[in-house]
Amino acid sequence: MTDATRGAISLQVNGAEHRIDVDNRRTLLDALREDTGHTGPKKGCDFGQCGACTILVDGRRVVSCLTLAVAAQGSEITTVEGLAEKDELRPVQEAFVRLDGLQCGFCTPGQLCSAVGVLAEHAAGWPSAVTADVSPDCPHPPLDADEVRERMSGNLCRCGAYPSIVRAVLDAADERAEVAR
Amino acid sequence: MTTHPQVIDGLGATPSIGSPRTRVEGEDKVSGKARYAGDVQVERLAHGAVVTATVARGRISGIDDRATLASPGVIGVIDHRNALRLNKETGSPFFGPDGQLQLLQDDRVSHGGQPVALVVAETPEQARAGAELLRVSCVEEPHDIAFGPNHQAVRPALTAFGPDADKGDLEAELAASAVVVDERYMTPAQHACAMEPHTATVWQEGVVLRAIDSNQAPYGVAATLATLFGKPLPEVRVQCEQVGGGFGSKTGVGPQLILATMAAVLLDRPVRVALTREEVFLTTSARPRTDQRVRLGADAGGRLRAIGHEATFEISGKAEFIENCVEIAKTLYAADAIRTRLSVVPLDILPVASVRAPGTAPGSFALESAMDELAERLEMDPLELRRRNEPETGPVSGLPFTSRRFQLCLTEGARRFGWAGRDHRPRRTRQGRLLVGTGMAGTSFLTTAFPSSATITAEPDGTFTVAIAAIDIGTGARTALRAIAADALGVGWDSVHLKIGDSAIGPAWQSGGSLGTTSWGWAIVAAARDLLARLESGPALPVSVTSDTTEEIMSRPHRERHSYSAVFAEVTVDPATGEVRVRRLVGRFAVGRVVNPLMVRSQLTGGMVMGLSIALQEEIVHDEASGRHVNADFADYHFAANADVPFIDADFVDDHEPDDPLGLKGPGEIGTVAVAAAIANAVWHATGKRQRELPIRLDRVIED
Repeated sequence: MTDATRGAISLQVNGAEHRIDVDNRRTLLDALREDTGHTGPKKGCDFGQCGACTILVDGRRVVSCLTLAVAAQGSEITTVEGLAEKDELRPVQEAFVRLDGLQCGFCTPGQLCSAVGVLAEHAAGWPSAVTADVSPDCPHPPLDADEVRERMSGNLCRCGAYPSIVRAVLDAADERAEVAR
Repeated sequence: MTTHPQVIDGLGATPSIGSPRTRVEGEDKVSGKARYAGDVQVERLAHGAVVTATVARGRISGIDDRATLASPGVIGVIDHRNALRLNKETGSPFFGPDGQLQLLQDDRVSHGGQPVALVVAETPEQARAGAELLRVSCVEEPHDIAFGPNHQAVRPALTAFGPDADKGDLEAELAASAVVVDERYMTPAQHACAMEPHTATVWQEGVVLRAIDSNQAPYGVAATLATLFGKPLPEVRVQCEQVGGGFGSKTGVGPQLILATMAAVLLDRPVRVALTREEVFLTTSARPRTDQRVRLGADAGGRLRAIGHEATFEISGKAEFIENCVEIAKTLYAADAIRTRLSVVPLDILPVASVRAPGTAPGSFALESAMDELAERLEMDPLELRRRNEPETGPVSGLPFTSRRFQLCLTEGARRFGWAGRDHRPRRTRQGRLLVGTGMAGTSFLTTAFPSSATITAEPDGTFTVAIAAIDIGTGARTALRAIAADALGVGWDSVHLKIGDSAIGPAWQSGGSLGTTSWGWAIVAAARDLLARLESGPALPVSVTSDTTEEIMSRPHRERHSYSAVFAEVTVDPATGEVRVRRLVGRFAVGRVVNPLMVRSQLTGGMVMGLSIALQEEIVHDEASGRHVNADFADYHFAANADVPFIDADFVDDHEPDDPLGLKGPGEIGTVAVAAAIANAVWHATGKRQRELPIRLDRVIED
């Protein structure tokens, strides 16, 4: 049923197409959770302040609570459910479990999507607010603990798992560097 | 039945206790499969949106719901005119009837943000739109939220957690002391801010009320809900697989569950109420503001003659509570005279309740700051001051300690931190524009166990199914209890299935008071012991045994049972901006035997992160004119983000609780205690200026 307040849209989520009929006010977060069955992204604040709803849209981190579902048509959406490759956890997911980078787990889907985004942003040479040298001569600043802390600060964790989260992201970055070699 | 517990170790199988096993549900949590209260799909689900009061005190004079009911998708409006009537006596065994549970019962508004209606609709958007159209008229009355120890309504707090201490003659000992500290310390209201907003999904299944609810106590919540709605307990069932943090805020029946229950019954539909973040701040309890006076007197050698600790905190007129700020003053140090007083000021605020380490978090800030001030006036190492006042028995109670490892925490923490050789004078270290300082503090934390029951079934395939109405709010309870069961049954980890998170299993204590694992673990040990005895006769399988620990726990001797910690902090202070950064945090903890070192270390570390937030950031702000909470979101109520937190060194010292069958104490909250004082003392060491009011904001540190 489509009228002035609703629309039929198509979302590409984790490689699958979902044709849904949504209230035009529906956020991408609510569409994922209520309409496409992706309850991995979490609603911690609904104001873009906590990061629990972080997903990847065309590979970039976004807070899905501040994105309207109707605006996400035509984009490749990746949620925490889509991070594993062929049922095998990604290194950063495995590191979160092994190093206990989580407690209650509610912020974890956002932390993980953010971590995947951070690794990609860093690999692409993006600096952060704590990057000391942003000159063209230094296209790849090292990804150290301070860089990870800064880049992961959009994702709040009330259990205080930050030190283990930093270790897990660094661990995954190391593993990726070894694979690249 | 034995009345004194035996220590149980793995018999014949590799012990699971002590193994740093990763979380049982870890893979589910990193792949989005873990299911929280708002993740459950239910047929015909309707959604409720809460309408909250905009005045702090008054009377509802009218509710116009015509526009709401005409709004698309709206199914119904519930307010005080049509709400189900609730049992007014419902409350807590410690504090009595709890007026916070009495939602939508009359036209009174007694605090800003009080729920006054629920709008139920087919979708969350329609419910929210309908809620915005509801016209609630109020006759506003003057409110009083002005907290202070000299408020005219101040009165003694309840004494359910023990009477005031009155040992010796405080005034005489202070008068005879060579050095005296007499200072006032203040802490603001703080919120638990669990990442998962309180969410309940409720439906009726025949006569049974079914609920999936984010809480810390499935059995306790079901029992209270049954009392509140006047239903027999077997007709109420509360479940939850995963809970996204609690920190005290989910120990009781939350507004989400009361409102969803009313709607599900009145509208005969499954209903979900997911509080918004703002509603979590406005309608779920905070830690109260405190105002504390600490008086310490010592002889010239640093031996304490007097400890006086008077604490006043705010409560609502609708419910009692005890923020036991003076607990540590009664047990941490020896002194000739110890006097404590605990007072409350009833105000027009949301009822206050437990937030991680209630009492001890604000109380230790005051006492351990005062100890640092005493060391300063004695020109003594604050660590040495704490060494010189070690009691042999409970300083007030006279009872023996079961296992007191405070000195070991101090020694190990100091060694790891590199405390030796510290120049104890303030403002001696500058690095560029930054001032650098170090500080320390310690604490005790009460530990015990509460009666619980567990059922264990010996299955025909040789495995065991353990059922207990425990809950895992991120503590690692699932993993810890399975390890405890495996060892108690003398079998390997893989032979144990664990069922938790369901009130129907039977009575069990909450994930609260740092007493989940001690209480549940004991019940599992008892059931395993009884089951193994039963199996000796070779019965046909399956066979189940249910055991309850009430008698064993109640027959324990009266003794002083506490966890201990010592926390060391290094901070930098930018005097031009007032910014305090924590560079290093070291904590050493005596928390009994450690069931899972990976998880307990995480919990202690996380506790210290919350302590850091409390020191530097957290503060609920009320507008005195409107009585409203004005920073009810994460942009304005700050707690630590990743970039605020250094690597934290949290570790255990060897410890074992002799009065617990597994040697356990609770590690859940102690990490949060002592951190604020350690940081405040480090800020003094860096700057020379005392910080007696939390949080240590920029404006309290900045220099001209």
